Amino acid sequence: MASVETRLKVPSAAKKGEIVQIKTLASHPMVSGQTKDSNGKPIPRDIINTFTCSYNGKQVFKMMLEPAISANPFIAFPLRADQTGTLDFVWVDDNGAVYKDSAQITVT
Amino acid sequence: MRLFVAALIAGLVLSLASLVWSQPDPSVAKHTAGDKKSGYVYAEPQTRAIQDDDFTNPGFLWIDKGRTLWTRVDGTMGKSCAACHGADAVELKGVAAHYPKYDAKLGKLIDIEQRINLERTDKMGAPAFAWESEDLLAMTAFVKLQSRGMPVDVATGGPAHPFWLKGKQYYETRRGQLDMACAQCHVQNGNRKLRTETLSQGQTNGFPTYRLSWETLGSVQRRFRECNSQIRAEPEPYGSDDYIALELYVASRGQGLPVESPSVRK
Repeated sequence: MASVETRLKVPSAAKKGEIVQIKTLASHPMVSGQTKDSNGKPIPRDIINTFTCSYNGKQVFKMMLEPAISANPFIAFPLRADQTGTLDFVWVDDNGAVYKDSAQITVT
Repeated sequence: MRLFVAALIAGLVLSLASLVWSQPDPSVAKHTAGDKKSGYVYAEPQTRAIQDDDFTNPGFLWIDKGRTLWTRVDGTMGKSCAACHGADAVELKGVAAHYPKYDAKLGKLIDIEQRINLERTDKMGAPAFAWESEDLLAMTAFVKLQSRGMPVDVATGGPAHPFWLKGKQYYETRRGQLDMACAQCHVQNGNRKLRTETLSQGQTNGFPTYRLSWETLGSVQRRFRECNSQIRAEPEPYGSDDYIALELYVASRGQGLPVESPSVRK
C-alpha cells in the first residue's frame, strides 16, 4: 500500500496500576528482500524495522522487526497505566519513513 | 445374552457419542445456512479470531481507506460517492448481497466491482479503478461491509438465467493440465481431505477476503485466477464474461450465507 495507515486500540480510561492491553496495526508491505520481480531482479528489502511506544515522553516499549514478519504487522503488548497522558507510537521503515500515531489515556 | 446386552450398550453409547459429535459447533452456526458452510467454518480457530475482532482484522485497513475514498470528491462532475448516497453509506445496506446482478442498460451481468466503476465513470466522470487496485479493493470492501451479516441473495432467474447457466457450465467443465472442474473439489469432494487440507465448499460470501498467504485483501476474481492456476489451466483476465457468470453461479451456491466481508482466510 502506497500510503501507510495505522490503527490503534488503547482504552480511553483505566484505574491507576491497572494493566491494559495496547493493540496496534500498521499497513505495510514488509518486502523481505528475498523476492524477485518479473525480470529476476531482487526487490530491495523494505520493512518496518523499529516500533516504539512512549508514555508521556518516556519509552515503554520498543521492538526491532525482522524480514520474516508478515505484511501489515499487528503488535500488541500489556502496559501498566499509572498516569493520565499521551501514548505516542512510532513506526520506522527501511526507507527512513516515519509513521506516527498517538492516543490519550485517562487514569483515575 | 450377557454379551448381547454389552454389545447393545456399547452400540448405544457409540451412537449417542456420534450424535453429540455431529452437532454443529455453536461458534460457527451463524456462518452456515442449512448444509451450506462458509469458509469461516473451515478456518483455524486462530484465523477466525483475527476475523472476529474488527481491530485485528487487517481487512479493516482497506475499510478505513474505503471510507476516505467514499467522501473524496473525484471526477469531472465534482462529486463524491457520499454526495448521492450519504456520508455514512447506510443507504447501501444489503445492496452488495444481490451482486452479481443483471444490468438492463448494459444487457449483461455485472459484479459489484464493475458496478462501482460504472458509478464512477457514468455518475462522477471519474476514471474507473483498475482491477485489483488498492482503491477498488478498498471501495468494494467498504460497500460490502454495509451488507455484513445479511444473507447472500442473488437473482438466478429471469434475464440473469442464461448467465447463471453459463457459470454453472464453467463450474462443471474440466479444464487445465490436471483436467479438473471446480465441482470436483467443491461439490463431489467438499468437506473431504486433500492431503492435510479440508476442501471447503468454495463459498464466496466473505470476499474481498484477506488471505494470510496473499498478505493482502483480494477479490473473488483473483481467487478464481488462482484456482485456475492450481489446476494448471490458463487463468482468464479479470472481469471476463466467464468469471462474472461464474461469480453468479458460485454466489447462488451460497444463497442464504451471511455476507462476511472483509473475511480472513489462510
